[in-house]
Amino acid sequence: MSPLHLSRRRLFGTAGAGVALAGAGAVAGYGLSGTAGATADGVVPFRGTHQGGIVTPAQDRLHFVALDLTSTDRAAVRDLLARWTAAAERMTAGRETAEGGALPANRYVAPADTGEALGLPPSSLTLTFGVGPGFFDKLGLADRRPAGLAPLPRFQGDRLDPARSGGDLCIQACADDPQVAVHAVRNLVRDGFGVTEVRWSQLGFGRTSSTSTGQATPRNLFGFKDGTNNLKAEEPDLLERHVWVGDEGPEWLRGGSYLVARRIRMHIETWDRSNLDEQQQIIGRDKGEGAPLSGTAEFDVADLAATGPSGPLIPDDSHIRLASEQENGGVRILRRGYNFVDGSDGRGHLDAGLFFVAFVRDPQRQYVPMQRRLARSDALSEYLEHNGSALFAVPPGLADGDDHWGRALLA
Amino acid sequence: MSPVTRTAAGLASLTVAAGLLAGCTSTAPAGGGAGDAGPITVNATDTACEVSATEAPAGNLTFRITNAGTKVTEFYLYAAGDRIMGEVENVGPGLSRDLIVEVPDGGAYTTACKPGMSGDGIRAPFTVTGSAQKATDTDAQLAAATAGYTRYVASQVDALVPTTRQFVDAVKAEDVAKAKELYPVSRTYWERIEPVAESFGDIDPRIDGREDDERDPGVGFTGYHRLEKDLWTTGLQSDSAAVADRLMADITDLANRTKTVELTPVQLANGAKELLDEVATGKITGEEDRYSHTDLWDFAANVEGSRAAVAALRPTVDEKDPTLGPLLDERFEAVEKLLQSYRDGDGYRLYTELTPADTKKMTAAVDALSEPVSRVAGAVTA
Repeated sequence: MSPLHLSRRRLFGTAGAGVALAGAGAVAGYGLSGTAGATADGVVPFRGTHQGGIVTPAQDRLHFVALDLTSTDRAAVRDLLARWTAAAERMTAGRETAEGGALPANRYVAPADTGEALGLPPSSLTLTFGVGPGFFDKLGLADRRPAGLAPLPRFQGDRLDPARSGGDLCIQACADDPQVAVHAVRNLVRDGFGVTEVRWSQLGFGRTSSTSTGQATPRNLFGFKDGTNNLKAEEPDLLERHVWVGDEGPEWLRGGSYLVARRIRMHIETWDRSNLDEQQQIIGRDKGEGAPLSGTAEFDVADLAATGPSGPLIPDDSHIRLASEQENGGVRILRRGYNFVDGSDGRGHLDAGLFFVAFVRDPQRQYVPMQRRLARSDALSEYLEHNGSALFAVPPGLADGDDHWGRALLA
Repeated sequence: MSPVTRTAAGLASLTVAAGLLAGCTSTAPAGGGAGDAGPITVNATDTACEVSATEAPAGNLTFRITNAGTKVTEFYLYAAGDRIMGEVENVGPGLSRDLIVEVPDGGAYTTACKPGMSGDGIRAPFTVTGSAQKATDTDAQLAAATAGYTRYVASQVDALVPTTRQFVDAVKAEDVAKAKELYPVSRTYWERIEPVAESFGDIDPRIDGREDDERDPGVGFTGYHRLEKDLWTTGLQSDSAAVADRLMADITDLANRTKTVELTPVQLANGAKELLDEVATGKITGEEDRYSHTDLWDFAANVEGSRAAVAALRPTVDEKDPTLGPLLDERFEAVEKLLQSYRDGDGYRLYTELTPADTKKMTAAVDALSEPVSRVAGAVTA
């Protein structure tokens, strides 16, 4: 046994206790399960009313993977989801995928855990599981496919790459250490060979939204604070209304949500040449403080009716106006996106942007009309190119015991 | 541009100030409004550009261009650094047009005819003697800049309307070969002034919308790109003629509206930048002309339009930031030179003939140009 291995195991000892405590809390009260962040050990509860990674205070790093089923055998899929659940639960607690998995006693065995997270703390890892439309079609469950999973329409300006879109399953790994997130995805993908294959995957390096009032609002790659008006974990009534699927959904999805993923390339080179005034007019906020152009402080409520000498203070085609609750019939969404820079585009520009992730109760009623307005009218669209898109149904959290991902759905 | 002393630079900026006012040009049918010095005749053929005088006193100059050749031609008067003082576009064979240019400052200028509307043209030196009244303060300079650019827009619209008419007529006559030939030509005038056209939010989607744009129910895919698709991909459709009529009506509408458009110096500067953004995101990617692959025509037109907007602001730029103007010249010339290397006959190579190395080179040149262009708005408002 290497010292490294030991340190990981020792860590697990304390982390495990954290899980147990938080798990109890989650079951006891809705509010706690919704808001619970990591314990002092950096462990986010894996089981509870809702899955982690939704209202969990947004971690710094993301590794998102969309997978396709290569098997139509329901039992094989169920077995995989059970194995995934066990490994996921261990990894969120800072453990290897299997006990002693990284350094097996028999040196002729390929290690069950790939090992790159040995010695790293749990890092608030969350693993959030979802199913896409193909999951139902391939497994002969078309009658269980929820209405919310209808395909997203093509929006103006979309330049979607099929190789970056769709997927039968998804796993969103978020952590404060990118290596921990990558380790988790890599090990789950590995276990899936023969039943699933990777369709696309995306790394994100800086959260672009706060999901808790305890977090400062971060900035996106346009340099603006993003997510000031996001739904927050401390607003359970609003979450109930806008994020969690209620009685309108099938039983296996109640308490879950829908995940909308959009890979949004930002033309940062042209944006960077826009003067500050233009940038602020396009966003509708000032760049320093993040205040709406009708106010002076970040959390001032945007006054869409306020006018100045040359028209509305928050312009008609500004991003925050078109995305606002007021202009979208009271609709809100929970955003949980990340910045990305995936190398360069081969023409000397950075392939940079925002990996948009949102959780909504009904994508067709919330995301679709909002994005349609933005795609058509948002002044920011000139600097954006949506080139990946996917929609998943995210089941509720797991009960204690032997509950596993997809169990209720495949029952 | 060679290094100049501080004093020389100051003098240069005075000359440029004159150049700005010289942006005050207009085109009119032959016989209209004579200038101070009486018309200078220009006999343009496919191989020659015979200007009746090589010198004139400062003030309003009128050039009467007669196209005795077989190709459509253009006539330009340039100041130093290829700054366009005035131009007349789209003079068809056998036609005559007048170009009236206000040149308040004496100095060395260049005349050029461009048979086939391509390349550097057939050039000759032209001297202006003495000087006339010129703007001295920044506000007047900027007012002259916007007025000059407005006239540039008018000159482009004057060419846009008849070339679109020819294109539309060819579509309606089902002369596909001719229509294909005219498509990138008429778009040139559109692309040069696109930011102005885009300021009329309702017209742009009808004229320049893409097939995959989302539209209100009942609103169809119309405009240049619809006809482009018909001509290159699907063949003319039963409603192609109606789409052509609609395009002509929209272009006419645009022409009328540009007569009253008022632009600020910052809008000019932003327009210059936006045209280059268009190049970066629409042309170098092959997105815009996805059926005809004539993206490089549009690319060239965007750059020309950007340069015209910058040129209008140049006197103020030179006053506020003397290092910026020469850099702009250098970078515009680099892009233009690069584009010239993709010339093919009277036009350009198709986008589909470009390699990734070609588009990478173009991106680098446009980026290098866009950075100083993005400083123009700051300079004119400093």
